[in-house]
Amino acid sequence: MPDSRALRRKVAIVGAAETDTVGHLPNHSTLQLHAESAFNALADAGLTLDDVDGIATAGVSPAQLTEYLGIMPRYLDGTSVGGCSFLIHVSHAVAAIAAGYADVVLVTHGESGRSRVGVGGFGGGASTPGGQFEAPFGVFGPPSMFSLPIVHYMQRYGLTEQQLAAVSVSTRQWASMNPRALMRDPITIADVLNSRLIAWPLHLLNCCLVTDGGGALVLVSEERAKDFPKPPVWILGRGESVQHTNISQMWDYSDWTAAAKITGPEAFRMADLDHSAIDHLMLYDAFSHTPIYGLEALGFVGAGEAGPWFEEMRGAPGGALPVNTNGGGLSYTHTGMYGMFAIQEAVRQLRHEAAAQVNDVETSLVHGPGGWFSATSTLILGNQ
Amino acid sequence: MNPQKPLPQATPETQEYWDGLQRGELRIQRCRACNRHYFYPRPFCPHPGCHSRDVEWTTVSGKGKLHSYVIAHRAHPAFAAPYVIAVVALDEGPKMMTNILIDDPRPETLPADAPVEIVYETVNEKVTLPKFRLV
Repeated sequence: MPDSRALRRKVAIVGAAETDTVGHLPNHSTLQLHAESAFNALADAGLTLDDVDGIATAGVSPAQLTEYLGIMPRYLDGTSVGGCSFLIHVSHAVAAIAAGYADVVLVTHGESGRSRVGVGGFGGGASTPGGQFEAPFGVFGPPSMFSLPIVHYMQRYGLTEQQLAAVSVSTRQWASMNPRALMRDPITIADVLNSRLIAWPLHLLNCCLVTDGGGALVLVSEERAKDFPKPPVWILGRGESVQHTNISQMWDYSDWTAAAKITGPEAFRMADLDHSAIDHLMLYDAFSHTPIYGLEALGFVGAGEAGPWFEEMRGAPGGALPVNTNGGGLSYTHTGMYGMFAIQEAVRQLRHEAAAQVNDVETSLVHGPGGWFSATSTLILGNQ
Repeated sequence: MNPQKPLPQATPETQEYWDGLQRGELRIQRCRACNRHYFYPRPFCPHPGCHSRDVEWTTVSGKGKLHSYVIAHRAHPAFAAPYVIAVVALDEGPKMMTNILIDDPRPETLPADAPVEIVYETVNEKVTLPKFRLV
């Protein structure tokens, strides 16, 4: 029977780049953010669009993207399940390249999250399950949906608002070392707790930014991976899952079940690594609690231990296991589907070219949700 | 222009639920194969490991516990902040989203696991929403 372990270190990221700038880009349409990212990532790899024979994207359809770029690939992936879609695109590209479906896969992201230029509609109609069983109660965007599990978790494990705030403080410390980060001024736990209430227990500084930007990746096979300007970043392990679309239907409000049972174990098994071998973590931080759920579900700490872990600043600069070293969605950038930026920072760390470079990084784990814990994906990347 | 509150539109699979609310009854479904209630309505059991199509409508108590919630301050334009968006766990098992009807909502007055009961809030001749209050 086929086994994913056979695909460990068979495919590499050889090009990776973001848009020229990220933040406020009112002169870029959504599609142009994809295109600028694609050109930058291909230039990083010394390739052109004519070398690309596989395409993966979310937010816009592969059809929109290929038309805009003027390419006709022989492999496509339009998996669009929210912010972790790009992690899943990388995961699928490993199999596609190994199967010979494509030689050069381009994964793109672009989102005019702040300026809303060329953006389609959002949400479903009144007869969808969300329209019937959630919308009538006044849910209003991610802050009032992604946040709903937190109080149950607080009741079960004693998580405090101070510990939630500590995630934002730790992440801001990394952002202060990154000149591209939108929010760089140091903050304290009191600053977080005194910031405007959005949806208690979340204050403004517990919530990610809303920005414009993009990023892209170029993936090729092991055989080709050494022929590029930058050293290859290998995909060692991957996992993906999806469980719900409406937050009221999440199976367990105190446990990220899909990460604990499926994506984490599968990624570690394929990579043939244990937790002690992970040097660097990118835990998608849509809100302060998202990395708390992720750290526990992936097994880096036990249930209920992630709040104290962040409060002790173990993921901050100087801590034992650096987390979200670009400044995260909380302080660096968050276009709406941030997963691409989490991968980009892992690549920079593994190439030893990050703004806040961690010493001797050989492995990085990237993990994130799509929607509100709806989809889940985990990647383990390495440079050896 | 006054912003409108989003209202549900029933489908054939959910019509009995919405009709029940109009009559002042909380109608949800139960799986006859695994004997568990579930929510939201659909003509099969969504529980992993079961997925039976042998299901029935039942009238349940409308009592439950406050499972989790947020106090929304950044409000939907048709809602007056602050308001409580909650998920309640019904005594029969399923969880559902609702609003907790309470003046001046604060974390201290909304302890997790507090007992709650349904309040039928009539919106118009077609829609009654299931809201809850602390018991």
